[in-house]
Amino acid sequence: MLIATDVRKTFFAGTPNEVRSLRGVTLAIEPSSFVNIIGTNGSGKSTLLNAIAGVFLVDQGKIELGGVDITHQSEHQRAQRIGRVFQNPFSGTAPTMSVAENIAVASRRGKSRGLGWSLNRSLRTEIAERLSSLKMGLEDRLDSPIGNLSGGQRQAITLLMATWNKPDLLLLDEHTAALDPRSADQVIRVTDEIIAKDKLTALMVTHSMQQAVNLGDRIVMMHQGNIVSDLQGAEKARAKPDDLLSRFDAIRRREQLTPAVAELLKRSYI
Amino acid sequence: MVLLISALNFGLVFAILAIGVYISFRIFHFPDITADGSFALGAAVTTTLLVQGCNPTLATLGGFASGMLAGTTTGVLHTKFKINGLLSGILVMTALYSVNLHVLGRSNVSLSEPQTLPKSWTQMLGTLLGDSPRHDLFGWTVGTQDIAVLLFMLCLVIAIGFGLFVFLQTNLGTAMRAAGDNPQMIRALSASDERLLIFGLALANGLIALSGSLLAQYQEFADVQMGIGMVVWGLASVIIGESLVGSGSPKFGVLIAGTIIGSILFRMMIAIALRCGLNPNDLKLITAFFVFIALTAPKWLQATSTSKLASATDEKK
Repeated sequence: MLIATDVRKTFFAGTPNEVRSLRGVTLAIEPSSFVNIIGTNGSGKSTLLNAIAGVFLVDQGKIELGGVDITHQSEHQRAQRIGRVFQNPFSGTAPTMSVAENIAVASRRGKSRGLGWSLNRSLRTEIAERLSSLKMGLEDRLDSPIGNLSGGQRQAITLLMATWNKPDLLLLDEHTAALDPRSADQVIRVTDEIIAKDKLTALMVTHSMQQAVNLGDRIVMMHQGNIVSDLQGAEKARAKPDDLLSRFDAIRRREQLTPAVAELLKRSYI
Repeated sequence: MVLLISALNFGLVFAILAIGVYISFRIFHFPDITADGSFALGAAVTTTLLVQGCNPTLATLGGFASGMLAGTTTGVLHTKFKINGLLSGILVMTALYSVNLHVLGRSNVSLSEPQTLPKSWTQMLGTLLGDSPRHDLFGWTVGTQDIAVLLFMLCLVIAIGFGLFVFLQTNLGTAMRAAGDNPQMIRALSASDERLLIFGLALANGLIALSGSLLAQYQEFADVQMGIGMVVWGLASVIIGESLVGSGSPKFGVLIAGTIIGSILFRMMIAIALRCGLNPNDLKLITAFFVFIALTAPKWLQATSTSKLASATDEKK
């Protein structure tokens, strides 16, 4: 269970470039729920994910995961219970190390790292088995440097690494945005399978309305650092990409209207 | 032959330095200039301990430990105080110059009197081979000390190289390599990239100080200036090693072996050049120039070959 309460973050505070990225976001996510976050560019959706992951500390507010206050924990401390996949396929893996070695490093997430042998035979067998369950032919490439693999293959492996030890929370930050359509579909299929199989609590930022509609059980819409809409249950099940787009249009219209209305009022009353 | 063996011995002593430089420059991609200071620190600490009658093995380990401390300082300056990597190394290196002077007491100290590791190795080998100070080896006459140092240094360097090879395959070692490759990834997998870097720099500088400690004992004196240019020296060995084991992405085990062989080859080249009348004062200049060539030549070669290829295809059209 993730509870974020009144989370605020301002970048470059006090300078002309000041950006108020998060303006009091409050969000509670039930265990085993799969939540999509959509929003315009600069709406703060990736910032929210990074705030939860601990990439930076928030200015105000509280973040709790499974009843533990993690607001002041560092990124690697939180990672003991949080799995992450990044937008950039290069971010989640160590390019010069082999596929098996990368996964071996991931298999110690949340555990101590001592002088035990990292890649023993039983782990190798398990890696090959779990890779073959992705149905991407990756089990034959255990010893290739992961840098030689395509973006889609790397994202699928990063996903496997993030969920190798079941995380309390899985954060997916537009993890298919940098892929070609076919690879993106493949990674989305794998994402859905893994989340369903392990009943993971997941938070996925996405650009694609189609993805948001097809996947998960909840859609959170963000705009200008706030949550403006939260579709759950039957409402989420009914939602179509066009509905979501029209909601965004409505928000945009309201914004455009405001200065015009102000001008009108000024003219008629002053 | 004496020239060859002594070059081999120096090469083996510097191989430990090169392995240290390999850890910071190649595994962590961290330009660690601390090496110049920690090399002399290891020599100074060991020398002072030996002069006071300390056991040579303990004194050498003391040198190693002092280097780890220096590396830790650089790591902490970089990670906790967010100082640029190059600058944190320079700060520690500069500070160490004064520290080394304090440790040594004056700018150079002789080790001809106290017991040292090479001397105890020579005594051990002497009891095995008999009392004669010279021996016949495949028709060449060589001193007991040269053979003893060669044998023990060879074992030590192989042990360190193999130890590092094994260590880099443990959970901790694999995490270290991942931290050097992609810090963001290792943070997301619940390890502190900062702590791993500090540990890596401690290990690297420990080895570099060990190299300095052994050099002081082998040449039987320590000098506060002896660390100057050691980073470049180590880097030259690493680069020669890489060119030996070939392009592409060879496994780190091969690279460690290449670094050791590179260090020996580089020392041999220097010994031959000196023998041919090279002015010793020009040594650092030539070393720096060599590293410059080794760093830039591959790019030039690649550029000329691709432009040739391009013009060739143009002509075909």
